[in-house]
Amino acid sequence: MADKRTTLDEFVASLSSGMTIGIGGWGSRRKPMAAVRAILRSDLTDLTVVSYGGPDVGLLCAAGKVAKAVYGFVTLDSIPTDPHFKAARQSGAIEAMEVDEGMFYLGLLAASQRVPFLPTRSGLGSDVMTVNPSLRTVRSPYDDGEELVAMPALRLDAAVIHVNRADVAGSGQILGPDPFFDELFLGAADRRFMTTERIVATEELAAGGPIQTMCISRLLTDGVIETPGGAHFTACVPDYGRDEGFQKEYVAAAGDPDAWAAFVERFLAVDEADYQAATGEAADERAAAKAAAKAAAASKEGA
Amino acid sequence: MTSTTATDITRADYCAVACAEVFRGDGEVMASAFGTAPALGARLARLTFAPDLVLTDGDAALVDGAPPLGAPPASLVFESHMPYRRVFDVVWSGRRNLIMMASQIDRTGNQNISAIGPWDQPKAQLVGVRGAPGNTVNHTTSYWVPNHSTRSFVEQVDVVSGVGYARAAAAGPSATKFHDIRFVISNLGVFDFATPDRVMRLVSVHPGVSVDDIVAATGFELVIPDMVPDTRPPTAEELALLRDVLDPRGMRDREVTA
Repeated sequence: MADKRTTLDEFVASLSSGMTIGIGGWGSRRKPMAAVRAILRSDLTDLTVVSYGGPDVGLLCAAGKVAKAVYGFVTLDSIPTDPHFKAARQSGAIEAMEVDEGMFYLGLLAASQRVPFLPTRSGLGSDVMTVNPSLRTVRSPYDDGEELVAMPALRLDAAVIHVNRADVAGSGQILGPDPFFDELFLGAADRRFMTTERIVATEELAAGGPIQTMCISRLLTDGVIETPGGAHFTACVPDYGRDEGFQKEYVAAAGDPDAWAAFVERFLAVDEADYQAATGEAADERAAAKAAAKAAAASKEGA
Repeated sequence: MTSTTATDITRADYCAVACAEVFRGDGEVMASAFGTAPALGARLARLTFAPDLVLTDGDAALVDGAPPLGAPPASLVFESHMPYRRVFDVVWSGRRNLIMMASQIDRTGNQNISAIGPWDQPKAQLVGVRGAPGNTVNHTTSYWVPNHSTRSFVEQVDVVSGVGYARAAAAGPSATKFHDIRFVISNLGVFDFATPDRVMRLVSVHPGVSVDDIVAATGFELVIPDMVPDTRPPTAEELALLRDVLDPRGMRDREVTA
């Protein structure tokens, strides 16, 4: 079997400006954030980003990488919206293709199945059909004659997902409760990358969880990259939950240009290893500040 | 057990009961509910008059019973695996009854959670249409608006996310086939679209709210029957479930005050 191990640098080197890139995960959950950070450090630009959007979309917008976003939502889950995505939309900086999240699924499925579209009731009557004038309906060729939305295939130049475990040959294992649509992002893409918390021997995959967790086959992957903490600050259960403290820091920094510049310098202008170290230190600082505040409150109460 | 009187019943209790009524008559359908009052409503219905209702854990599972708000995951009894990909199978099968929230809702039942202002450069980008377009043409949908005002109840929403009656009719039979906007519940009252031209009608006012209050807080002309009843109070059993079992910390009273 081929050894598909590669690096974040090689991943970025295989992309070019103007590409359409699919990003796995959902909201602020199991996002391939190490791969997103690698794109942030690159000179790639003018990207079309296709995502069940979370901070991946926000960060790429903040860095001016995005020409167009294709999405059904962009959310941080515990915080309803992403501030950078909001700002990019409100300033008119990006083009938006906003569709129903089920239509989005069918777009990936159509691309995976190499058909031009899939029919669906979803979208009919809504402004999804008016704000995306390229969307068409199709009439059933059968006796029912129903007119349905023809959701076009969302073909991707490249896709990247993040999983809990993988082997060197590119089989992936998702140990959390929801595999989301990661399989379809890979199926829809020409170049397919999978980052993983840990690369293990193939025979160790079955020990990690039942067969249903081994849901990414090597038929779907071209490159595997080991990135421990690679979904941070999004959730990657059971390895780790969302770093809510850091997510709050991210949102707070977005509200102020100086704070954002400092955030970028500390966390994003550095390589992945330094990012992991810096966010660990930031967590310690938040814990210390919380303890100090608690102690101050206690001494005030005692006084 | 403490004795209760009508005056002890909070506005949020009425809202939770009004949300429960959304599920009356439902058999085995998946109840999805966003917001505190809807989450409590689905649970109340499951524990009382809609025992076959199927609840979710809000993540990737269907759960047995009706766990209290904020119940620790370890305390949940899973019935079935329900990852998002399978949720769409349920949506498209129609076996779902949903209460969504609405940043804007209008006279014919269009809902907006996408953006405020012009599309190309909105004044406020919200979360996005999410599943609202698909939900509304595939299964019964109701809305919860905890902040009823002329900003949320508007003549015409800025971006039609959830599809209302007029827009569904204009889109044709494939859009109307399974379309059913059942109720709109706000912190002030309950509304439906049971009028000849399918525009919003006032069904009941929560005690303490007048019809004039509702008219003043609504940015379009409501259909108002001659007699508008009060929203029904919780039964003793429902009140006990809300206070002692489902929401002992009173999260509902933080979502809706008064």
